[in-house]
Amino acid sequence: MQTLLQVTDLSISYRSASTGRHHAAVSRANFEIAPGEVLGLMGESGCGKTSVALATLGLLSRDNAEVTGSITFRGENLLAMGEKALQRIRGAGISMVYQVPEIALSPVMRVGMQIAEVAHAHQQWDWKKCRDETHSILARVGLTPTERICSAYPHQLSGGQLQRVVLAQALICGPALVIADEPTASLDARSQADFIALLRELKQGLRISLLLISHTPEIQASLADRIIVMKDGEIVEEGSFDRVYWNPVHPYTRTLLRRDRETTRVHSEREHSADGELVWWRERL
Amino acid sequence: MAGKTLKMDSETQFGAGGAESLVRIERLTKWYVQRRALTRAEFTVHALDDVSLTIYPGATLALVGESGAGKSTLGRCLALLEKPTSGEIWFEGKDLLKLDRKELFPIRRQIQMIFQDPASALNPGMTAGEIIAEPLAIHREGTNAQRRERARELMEQVGLPASAKDKRPLEFSGGQRQRLAIARALALEPKLIILDEALSSLDLANQELILKLLADLQVAHSLTYLHISHDLRLVSEFADEVAVMHDRRIVEQQPAAELFIRPRSRYTQGLLAAMPSLESICDGRLA
Amino acid sequence: MIKFATKRLIHATLLLIAVSFSSFALLQLAPGDFFDEMRRNPQVSMQTVNTLRTEYGLDQPLPVRYERWLRSVLKGHLGFSLASNSPVTPLLRKRACNTLLLSGTATTLAWLLALPIGIWAAVKRGGSADRIWGFATSTILTVPDLVLFLALLLLAVRTGWFPTGGMVSAGTDDFDAWGKAKDISFHLMLPAMGLALATIPVLIRHIRASMIEALESPFLRAARGHGIPRARLAFRYALPAASNPLVSLFGFSVATMLSASALAEVVLSWPGLGPLLVESILSRDVFVVVAIVMLSSLFLVAGNLIADLLLFASDPRIRTE
Repeated sequence: MQTLLQVTDLSISYRSASTGRHHAAVSRANFEIAPGEVLGLMGESGCGKTSVALATLGLLSRDNAEVTGSITFRGENLLAMGEKALQRIRGAGISMVYQVPEIALSPVMRVGMQIAEVAHAHQQWDWKKCRDETHSILARVGLTPTERICSAYPHQLSGGQLQRVVLAQALICGPALVIADEPTASLDARSQADFIALLRELKQGLRISLLLISHTPEIQASLADRIIVMKDGEIVEEGSFDRVYWNPVHPYTRTLLRRDRETTRVHSEREHSADGELVWWRERL
Repeated sequence: MAGKTLKMDSETQFGAGGAESLVRIERLTKWYVQRRALTRAEFTVHALDDVSLTIYPGATLALVGESGAGKSTLGRCLALLEKPTSGEIWFEGKDLLKLDRKELFPIRRQIQMIFQDPASALNPGMTAGEIIAEPLAIHREGTNAQRRERARELMEQVGLPASAKDKRPLEFSGGQRQRLAIARALALEPKLIILDEALSSLDLANQELILKLLADLQVAHSLTYLHISHDLRLVSEFADEVAVMHDRRIVEQQPAAELFIRPRSRYTQGLLAAMPSLESICDGRLA
Repeated sequence: MIKFATKRLIHATLLLIAVSFSSFALLQLAPGDFFDEMRRNPQVSMQTVNTLRTEYGLDQPLPVRYERWLRSVLKGHLGFSLASNSPVTPLLRKRACNTLLLSGTATTLAWLLALPIGIWAAVKRGGSADRIWGFATSTILTVPDLVLFLALLLLAVRTGWFPTGGMVSAGTDDFDAWGKAKDISFHLMLPAMGLALATIPVLIRHIRASMIEALESPFLRAARGHGIPRARLAFRYALPAASNPLVSLFGFSVATMLSASALAEVVLSWPGLGPLLVESILSRDVFVVVAIVMLSSLFLVAGNLIADLLLFASDPRIRTE
């Protein structure tokens, strides 16, 4: 099967405006994503993961970012493409689910309109069809009643709802690859759990590849097939999630996956509450 | 985390031995009135609803809840940054809300606060040394030279190199900035430190380091901590006691061990059910 | 909503009373009254002057005069112009219309030019076009309005392209309606251009600043990441988000429509409220002065109200909180 996305020797460095010096954000990264696969990208802030995502979509400013290497999508090198060609791919071939949905949406435009705009920019549909598709994608991500959501403004919706809205924006054109940048970072525990369940459901339903950027091991454990671990711009470990979790090689991987402490299950009691089982294991140092 | 063992036993020193509480918040309520844009019609926003909380000396109490539950408001009221609408805050036997400015001034130094975003909590125009010495200057302690010396001491205690005293906050990394904020909080030798989501903006490695630092400082200076956080999993790593806030009220307050194993309120049960442990998820994958 | 409207109405009324009373009082403070000019004329005896004074009630104390004026206003009469010996209202009406014609044209012209230029400068920020516009606006801003108008006047005189004053040519009564309109527009060009030129630089800078803020905001980068084309990004995403401060600015333009053109009218001889105000102040024509000031205040209040309502209508964050 042909790989969907192939990243070869990708290096990104930023030129600092104040000092004029170059700061390497990513050094010679190599990885690939197959169709229908979920690749988890783990690492701390500043390790270069967001830079990789932005470079893939061609969103890095050419003035202060130097990008070398190649990012091949369906056989074409994205880094060599002009703005017009990239515009066609963004949102339709590769789309992004943004980290803080509150600021990723225009505050003065209705939410339904912002989703329909993405469809209108890529498909040859008329506005009515775009709106219909918006309703169906909103239903798909669990935002009902769709009429009310469509006519709402971002400040009228909760964080969890907004995260689903940006997800809908990313899905409406049926892209082959979705990049999710820390999709649950701004959500509280319950919304987080719901969103992960949604992603899992969509993963099974749609044939989409997902580049899941998140430093939270619970999220990667719930969704990823394979993971790569980045530290200071370099990929330090790579492999199937199960292999990496049970047998981490690099010490940094161990830290990220919280495998670097002795885990003793102190208490394991099962409580039956009115709506089901409650299991909580404590990890004790 | 060296030097800190988590209490498993619910019969701890909290209250059982008749220990004096450090802080006792009684029936705190806060609401404020805002006006709509064009019509200027008034509407009330309720932030706290009849909240009562007790903190014992030397303990680490975590206050958890979803965003909007009122945790930050409670922290700010305790830090005397906001005035509650009604209720009492007893600190070492005095009701802080009944004191006037002069009487309150010497007590303010006993309660310090560390904020979520150190970049915006530290004056970007001041150097690190000046920032740490500023509280001392406000309380008119010591001469300039003595304050500088104390700032140097504190920087050492929090693990910042003394050479950094002339740097500005933005020249430090996120973790270092938080250490700077901690050093500033320690300057006046407080009894209680309130940490409002102080770890949320840090990455994993830094979270661990700062927690260790806080634990060491707690032992060295007999500090009491009130940790406000929305991250229940993180809280399970260090808290002695946990109070859960929901919808402007405290729904449960228990020693940490009890709460995570036998949560009493449905809300806490719901929260814990939504957070399966990493181990259980990975086990589930193999099935 | 009714409560809101009544509150605003009460505020406006109180404002107008305060303004009118202050105008009366300030004019009283200025030495002399209307008839002082007449006193200089040796042919008119002191007695005549005093009789005239009593007749027009100018010897009464301030509160009495104010109260009589207030009563007459409530009946609909704005008073009597001593200089032109005619009631104030029709005099004001004609002049006010002239002023509105001028400032309305100038404001429309200014905004029509400033919007595309501001947007263009924002989209091409940092580039050569942006720098040129920045230089141009700075230059015009530093030149005092008076110099600007005089320069235009000079231009008109030297080249003969524009009429150099007045609103109509001699013999205007012989024109038909279309001819009259053409004649007035011809005369309107110079003062309208001058006034527009005086206000455009500030508008351009504000529009540019708001647009840049919108263009650099995260949601715009997010939309770009979805493949929205550049033109749409600027007009459908950035401009609406940038319009908040611009709506307030527009309201301000409306609010000052009666007052901002005063200098232009005087220098370029446009028969509007400006010259009338100056003359009336100098000759202590009390009722005219008060009426003009009040009218301007009314416009100010109305302009603010329009700005608030526009903001309410255009920004969903305010509307639906």
